[in-house]
Amino acid sequence: MSQNNFRQDIPLLSIDNLTIDIPTAAGTLHAVRGISFDLKRGETLCIVGESGSGKSLTSLALMGLLGKNITPRADKMEFDGVELTTASARTMRNLRGARMSMIFQEPMTSLNPAYTIGDQLMEALTLHGSTNRKKARARAIELLEKVGITAAESRLSQYPHQLSGGLRQRVMIAMALMCEPELIIADEPTTALDVTIQAQILRLLAELQREMNMAMILITHDLGVVARVADKVAVMYAGELVETGPVDEIFAAPSHPYTRGLLRCIPLPGKTKRGSVLGTIPGIVPSLVGEVNGCTFRTRCEHASPACRGTIPLHTSPTGTHTFRCIHQPEDLETDAVQSTGANA
Amino acid sequence: MLNFILKRLGLAFLVALTVSFISFSLLFLSGDPAIALAGEGATDQDVVAIRELYGFDRPMLVQYASWLVNALSGDFGESYYFKLPVSSLIADRLSVTMLLGLCGISFALLTAVPLGVIAAIRPNSIIDRFALFLSVAGQAMPSFWFGLILIVAFSIKLRWLPPSGTDSWRHFIMPTVVLGYYAMPAIMRLTRAGMLDVLSSDYIRTARAKGASEMRVMFKHALRNAIIPVVSLAAVQMGFMLGGSIVVESIFALHGAGYLAWESISRNDLPTVQALILVFSMFYITFTFLADVLNAWLDPRMRSS
Repeated sequence: MSQNNFRQDIPLLSIDNLTIDIPTAAGTLHAVRGISFDLKRGETLCIVGESGSGKSLTSLALMGLLGKNITPRADKMEFDGVELTTASARTMRNLRGARMSMIFQEPMTSLNPAYTIGDQLMEALTLHGSTNRKKARARAIELLEKVGITAAESRLSQYPHQLSGGLRQRVMIAMALMCEPELIIADEPTTALDVTIQAQILRLLAELQREMNMAMILITHDLGVVARVADKVAVMYAGELVETGPVDEIFAAPSHPYTRGLLRCIPLPGKTKRGSVLGTIPGIVPSLVGEVNGCTFRTRCEHASPACRGTIPLHTSPTGTHTFRCIHQPEDLETDAVQSTGANA
Repeated sequence: MLNFILKRLGLAFLVALTVSFISFSLLFLSGDPAIALAGEGATDQDVVAIRELYGFDRPMLVQYASWLVNALSGDFGESYYFKLPVSSLIADRLSVTMLLGLCGISFALLTAVPLGVIAAIRPNSIIDRFALFLSVAGQAMPSFWFGLILIVAFSIKLRWLPPSGTDSWRHFIMPTVVLGYYAMPAIMRLTRAGMLDVLSSDYIRTARAKGASEMRVMFKHALRNAIIPVVSLAAVQMGFMLGGSIVVESIFALHGAGYLAWESISRNDLPTVQALILVFSMFYITFTFLADVLNAWLDPRMRSS
């Protein structure tokens, strides 16, 4: 028990200065640049940011699923003491699906159409040691029930095309949990689903995460979801982590102009006045091909100045948990933000 | 699954019936068969006599019905040229053609599928380029030319293999290679394209995320899905090989059904041509049916449709 408590304190996942470069015909695409964060057991980190900001690449890098011609670099990318950047293919294979699992965005196409649900669920277990089919089958039924699928036993012999999108995503979640992983990464798990199903799936994920004391990385666009399930938030913009911190602090005191912009885009109960116009962030994400320097948000930022092309300092809050990357001091941004919200109201 | 098989079987039967009618009506497409049979310089009485003798004066549907009933019991009439029952004529030749066809398609599949898979796993590698070269060459080279080159090289120069005949398995090596190489490029390219397509799909990423080894990902998860269109193509190729191996059979002097078809057409031997068309069509229909069943076994989505 004491050992368990000790393990609760040290981070399960520790990433320092993760960089992903992708070679393209037009030049090197600097897709992810210098990302650092820690995640403890049982903690939920939400990564938010728009499409192309490197959220998915970061999670695929953790899983070692980036593909042959993309090699992530990092000063440190440790999972429970195992350095992932230098781990062998076999080590990664033994981690994947067993101790760290992933749920993808596309439930419709993420299951193999040629095999039954049962085969695919049981495979997740048999790949990692257990060869007893009877036990694997029992476990598959147990997990299908856990993710709220009725008539679980008869589902085992069904094929993916016989299930709806929501059911398939539940099956994907069950599959990811077969080996009781310590880390689960969910990459926009509800984007492809009906709105009514979205809430169910997210609630299910949050419940299971708490029940099994897993660390979870949830990638999402939905700040409402973040507010409900996150312990920590990481805001990504154009391949960089622009702001990170505990969820309360981020929502109470968003610091980076991009984070503020994001929060202005959604209605918040109690904060947004009825009848007021919701904000937008003008402009588009810059190209990350070739040399990238300074703050990449400067092309869309209302506080932009020539200094934004230079080196951008990292501000850390007095508590040490909330950081953001900007040339301005938090106080300078505060006044402006108040003005701009005033303009919107 | 049983439902699916029964449905396909019914469909195959209807196709067979249609084909039998078309192949029968060929008799009337090339003019009055009685005049053709009587030959040059025949009197009108001769033609009328022949017409009555062969029953050409009856209504066409009646003739078709009696032909079909006879055909079903294996009686295709007598060859105009050989003066032998067509059925025994075809039976003699069919074993050679079937053996050659089976060898040819096996050779094609055994070379094309592994090459296609390797080419897809390592696109643009040396092996991929080599496979592309092989398939372009196979597509571009006429079978008769390739066959002759093989005969010159392996029979005349090296004296390793017999140039013609059907006496031993060694006689079938070169015909198999020529026939198989003809079918190989399409199967290889389709396997490669299918594998490339499947390998970039989401469920392959899922398999990797589960911790499956690359071998398992390739063979259990990818190939099973990529091979589905290949099965249909191979069935058509197989049907083609059984009916269309005329060139290969003539070069290597294998007296098979393809060769017989060519002989009968040039001699206007209609009962033989009719029977051969029907037999070849039955092969096509059988292989398409088998391919459908195999595909339904491979792809559960097809069973329900």
